[in-house]
Amino acid sequence: MKGFRGTLAHRFTESPLLQLRLPPWRSRLIAVLILSSFGVLIGRAFYLQVLNNDFLQEKGESRYRRDIEISASRGRIADRHGDVLAISTPMKSIWAIPSAATLTPEQTRQLAALLETDPAQLARKLDTDKTFVFLRRQIPPTVADQVAALKLPGIGQDKEYRRFYPTGDMTAHMVGFTGVDDKGLEGVELAFHGQLLGQPGSRSVIKDRRGQIVEDVGSIKAPRDGKDIRLALDSKIQYVAYSHLKQAIAENNAKAGGVVVLDARTGEILALANWPTYNPNNREKLSGSQLRNRAVTDTFEPGSTLKPFTIALALDAGKVRFDTVINCAPGRLTIGSATIADAHPHGALTVAQVIQKSSNVGAAKIAATMPAQKMWQMFDDVGFGQIPHLGFPGEVSGRVRPWKSWRPIEQATMSYGHGISVSLIQLARAYSVFARDGDLVPLSLTRIDGPAAHGATVFSRQTARDVRAMLEMAVQTGGTAPKAQIPGYRVAGKTGTAHKLEGGRYARKYVSSFVGFAPASDPRLIVAVMIDEPSGGKHYGGDVAAPVFASVMSNSLRTLGVAPDLPLVVAQSAKSPTVKAKL
Amino acid sequence: MLRLNILLVLAAVLCSLGVVTSQHKARRFFQLLEAEQERERQLEIEFGQLQIELSTWATATRIEKVAREKLKMRTPEAANVLTATPTGGAAR
Repeated sequence: MKGFRGTLAHRFTESPLLQLRLPPWRSRLIAVLILSSFGVLIGRAFYLQVLNNDFLQEKGESRYRRDIEISASRGRIADRHGDVLAISTPMKSIWAIPSAATLTPEQTRQLAALLETDPAQLARKLDTDKTFVFLRRQIPPTVADQVAALKLPGIGQDKEYRRFYPTGDMTAHMVGFTGVDDKGLEGVELAFHGQLLGQPGSRSVIKDRRGQIVEDVGSIKAPRDGKDIRLALDSKIQYVAYSHLKQAIAENNAKAGGVVVLDARTGEILALANWPTYNPNNREKLSGSQLRNRAVTDTFEPGSTLKPFTIALALDAGKVRFDTVINCAPGRLTIGSATIADAHPHGALTVAQVIQKSSNVGAAKIAATMPAQKMWQMFDDVGFGQIPHLGFPGEVSGRVRPWKSWRPIEQATMSYGHGISVSLIQLARAYSVFARDGDLVPLSLTRIDGPAAHGATVFSRQTARDVRAMLEMAVQTGGTAPKAQIPGYRVAGKTGTAHKLEGGRYARKYVSSFVGFAPASDPRLIVAVMIDEPSGGKHYGGDVAAPVFASVMSNSLRTLGVAPDLPLVVAQSAKSPTVKAKL
Repeated sequence: MLRLNILLVLAAVLCSLGVVTSQHKARRFFQLLEAEQERERQLEIEFGQLQIELSTWATATRIEKVAREKLKMRTPEAANVLTATPTGGAAR
């Protein structure tokens, strides 16, 4: 040790080691070896970081980076006041990979109890060659959590949305429904599918060992929730229409029926009810007849409800005037080999009385003064024979044959609504030419907040007002539909009673209808009622459809707070003291 | 020279510790944010479910039933309805 210390005391350059004469190649060799090993390291680094970079980066990311889908919900459907008609809420679906799902009988029993199925049936489902089976779809998230808590092998769950329809069968045809995979299948759900549908977003995240998200990486694609749709529908009016239709169908023992309520000022569809209907929340036993949105997809021969259009055309063309007398005696008219007849024979009637009494002969005689082409043009102008383009599935155009093939008898029958077919919604819309001053309002399923649209003018203002006056007469005493009267309001409307065509012949089955509007002094609502095959002893539109019209119209006007335009002189004087006492 | 080096090493160590703590803080805040966002989603779902409940309770069918049967209400007859028309300055 001492000696060693002694050598340290030497000056460094005097170290005997340095004084050794070593061959110079040895130090060079060492230098070359060190440099070349650096070269290897650089080469390796170049290989890893430049040549093989992408592969390694990907491998690394796959260990901590995850792409997550951000789900977007389907838009809500609400009525004009914002009351929800359709809304989505998340549910879970339980699935299994049968090869991995080896459950003990006890576990199968537990799972079956949670899924509310039979254990044997569940076991059968799991005993299959398929690689993936759904055990149960759309179960509440709380139940799904319980399933997850069982920690069963090969059983997993997914999030999905389920659509609820709080108003149920009342608005079924209007709102429609979606399938399990959130695709609109009927009604507004289908018509506005593109807008209602949400766009799911996505994001890339870094997850830590415990599976928690610790960082966002890359750009986030934000989800776009579906747009909410605000319908023109008024829930209260819809309820009124639906419940009175249901009641009338039961009273008249009818097969089917429909009611449409339009806002005469804006063309908004305030209510659209059909019977039979279904509950969109439970569609297990659904038949085609329940599913049909009859007001839009079914056509019928409208019968006398078409007479006002014939008369309006003649008035507009100056062929007749309000008080021109038409000889309708003896209640029959023979054209070619066919004879048309009135339900009750009339004598000489004015044009206004032809509407009031609903004379087929009168309408046919007036129609005979006009060329077929003009009549066809008018039917086309008020929307008959044209698809309404509301977006509903299965919308029909109705049938108006080209005028060139009309025979004189056909032109005569068409004047009172036979040999032509229309849908209820077309009929309701067509009456807007009388409820307004001669223009045809475009229909709208959604609420209109801007200024109301104006349609193409079909009749002159004077013609529309004349016909309106005639339609008012039809509802008054002496007309065909005194049952359509509403206390406090002036009502205008027309009945229709048409035989149904069966196998090319008119059967003893009827379609009773009534279309009208009120208050007649400044029309606000148009209500169209159609009752298919009433068989309760009555079949005239004035007996079957008119009372439905009256109750739907009076309740709707009250709901909207429309001021009465008729004084209640007689009744009021007797009852007013009690009213005042209550106030 | 040596002192400067030590100083720089110390600074580097301090900086790296700072990076570590701020990274940790960032992640913690991020998790809080995540949790709150999850809560937001849950509340939105709950809102939707409450809306379903609200509209189920408020269906016209049920309201009419309760009004007629429980509260013994009825539609006033037309004769019992008085319409008030705005007069004077308020009238449009």
